[in-house]
Amino acid sequence: MSHFFLSETAIDSGALARLLADDTAGASLTFEGWVRDHNAGRAVQQLDYQAYAPLALAEGERVLVEALERFALTKAHCMHRTGSLAIGDLAVWVGVSAAHRGAAFDACRYIIDEVKRRVPIWKNEHYVEGESGWLHPDNTPVTEP
Amino acid sequence: MNYRVLYFASLRDRAGRDQEQVNSSAADAQSLYAELQQRYGFALPQSRLRVAINGDFASWTRALIEGDEIVFLPPVSGG
Repeated sequence: MSHFFLSETAIDSGALARLLADDTAGASLTFEGWVRDHNAGRAVQQLDYQAYAPLALAEGERVLVEALERFALTKAHCMHRTGSLAIGDLAVWVGVSAAHRGAAFDACRYIIDEVKRRVPIWKNEHYVEGESGWLHPDNTPVTEP
Repeated sequence: MNYRVLYFASLRDRAGRDQEQVNSSAADAQSLYAELQQRYGFALPQSRLRVAINGDFASWTRALIEGDEIVFLPPVSGG
């Protein structure tokens, strides 16, 4: 079964959390990234995510497999949205389970950081005043006149 | 040779298309980007991009072959 997924529709975090269940797991940790109404001092109305799907799936899978190798995990999964999202929507979900909490905390952080750094997904913010702009990883705008 | 080029994010906006067939004498992705940057006026220098060929990350200087799918990857911003 794949560990990393893209979804064009709303993420069902309850269904994903059930993938983490295991009798050997004593800890489960999830991270949810939500669309917030501001960035770098500007009011945001909605977001669009584009993904280069074949490579996003392959690179996302590599991140999850790395996490499973590096930390003492039982299960690990991640789903990222594509398409148009509104304020408050769930943009990315990470979930891990492990025998003990230390590995779960470390792995959850590793997965979200690596996904943001490496997986070919791009965020376009639409601002309340009507403009929009593609963002760099540090959330500064791309200069494309 | 004929290549298929996919565009994302600011490059897609600038090119005004999400993909196209490109007939070019460029022998590697580096030369192909220089040619397309000239055509569309992409602001992002090659040093800010990564390149994927046929669905996986690749070197800018790998020799291209007929029918290759090339994607210039702007800095990512998922999450």
